[in-house]
Amino acid sequence: MNEEKSGGCCAPPSGKASPCCGGGSPSKDEIRYEDTFVDGQVETPAGPVPRVHSRIGSRDFLGRWKVRWGIGRDRYRVAPGLYALGAPDGNAPVLVTANYKLTFDVVRRDVAGLDAWILVLDTQGVNVWCAAGEGTFGTGEVIRRVTNARLSEVVRHRRLLLPQLGAPGVAAHEVRKGCGFSVVYGPVRARDIRSFIEAGMKASPAMRMVDFPTMDRLVLTPIEITGLMRPAGWAAAGLFLLAGVGPGVFSLGAAWERGFGAVAALAAGILAGAVVTPVLLPWLPGRAFSVKGGLAGGVLAAFAVMWQRGALEAPASLALLLAMTAVSSFVAMNFTGATPFTSPSGVEKEMRRALPVQAGLTVLAGLLWVGGAFLR
Amino acid sequence: MDGFRYLEGVATVRLADAACIGCGMCEEVCPHGVYAVAEGKARILDRDACMECGACSMNCPTKAISVTPGVGCAAAILNGWLAGSKPSCGCGG
Repeated sequence: MNEEKSGGCCAPPSGKASPCCGGGSPSKDEIRYEDTFVDGQVETPAGPVPRVHSRIGSRDFLGRWKVRWGIGRDRYRVAPGLYALGAPDGNAPVLVTANYKLTFDVVRRDVAGLDAWILVLDTQGVNVWCAAGEGTFGTGEVIRRVTNARLSEVVRHRRLLLPQLGAPGVAAHEVRKGCGFSVVYGPVRARDIRSFIEAGMKASPAMRMVDFPTMDRLVLTPIEITGLMRPAGWAAAGLFLLAGVGPGVFSLGAAWERGFGAVAALAAGILAGAVVTPVLLPWLPGRAFSVKGGLAGGVLAAFAVMWQRGALEAPASLALLLAMTAVSSFVAMNFTGATPFTSPSGVEKEMRRALPVQAGLTVLAGLLWVGGAFLR
Repeated sequence: MDGFRYLEGVATVRLADAACIGCGMCEEVCPHGVYAVAEGKARILDRDACMECGACSMNCPTKAISVTPGVGCAAAILNGWLAGSKPSCGCGG
């Protein structure tokens, strides 16, 4: 379920605790999406269960687009509990997933045509992978939902199909002990669920491996940028102030003119680190993201210097080169959180080495830039 | 994951051979093909591919696997350093 992983690393710290039992009555500012995917109900020995369809409509598209830009991301939730897809009976498989609506939509779309039960855990609106890391997609929650939904009365078998990327949060042997259901880890991606079931609950090696294709990297770039808007705004304000510093103590004209150039350089550095680096990730040399990002920023800055060579003096050119390299390197390092292959030990090692270099380059660039104003 | 290799020699994953019963859960849950089970024992084939997600140790019924799990996310680690606590994904991005 690569789509699910693509939610990025960070959990929305909304602090809104959803109720622990039943379908859950959402708090006031919670938006209900049920009418976009529920089209009836199915009678079971444990009572009626809402039936969902597999169609993805315009509201689902709009919702997905919005969360990719970080709009209402921590409220994009489905009520936890049991759902029926198609016309499942007592032998139908039980698919367990997260209550992030983006995730839920991928599951119901990708298993279209299958008659199955979908058990939605309360992961606080976070995708499977990240929720597993935090433990909300976890052993206790699986047992709780199975018990609350009275699943043992709904189905005759005793088997749950969990996404493989939920495994960091769930101990299969503990779930069995806790509620009598055995856990089968299905494929990483929801689109492989049908082939997995058709093959008799067997995964091909490819189904077990995560990948990170260009499109998956690209859809994550908007959230990288929106996440940086606030610190970038402060940095831009600081740059305008610094830009005014010169032989005449402070000049408003210089603040505007030089500040504009500096903010453009900042924006270019952010784009290099948050968009160019993720897209070119496998082809940029180096293992460390700070190296990849630094290279992308440095090369783009070199082009900018050549393009502006008539207008920029030597100190300013050098400052631009150093600053864009540093900004892009730092921003690219943050993309580690969105990837499915960087280990925390590795990221920490990289940061201990890269942060002092990035800070040093930034200070040097600042000195050259401000100092350059006095040399005119 | 060709083209997607991260830093080498840092992964904290360890497998205690004596405790392993060769059930194969680690091989099943690992999204990076770190393990292979042969002749009733799991082996670590590719330690450097490990991203320390902790799925293997979580699902090892005999606790033969140890790993320091966590989020490989710079923002989370930075938050942890600044707050003096463990890395947390409080960044919303």
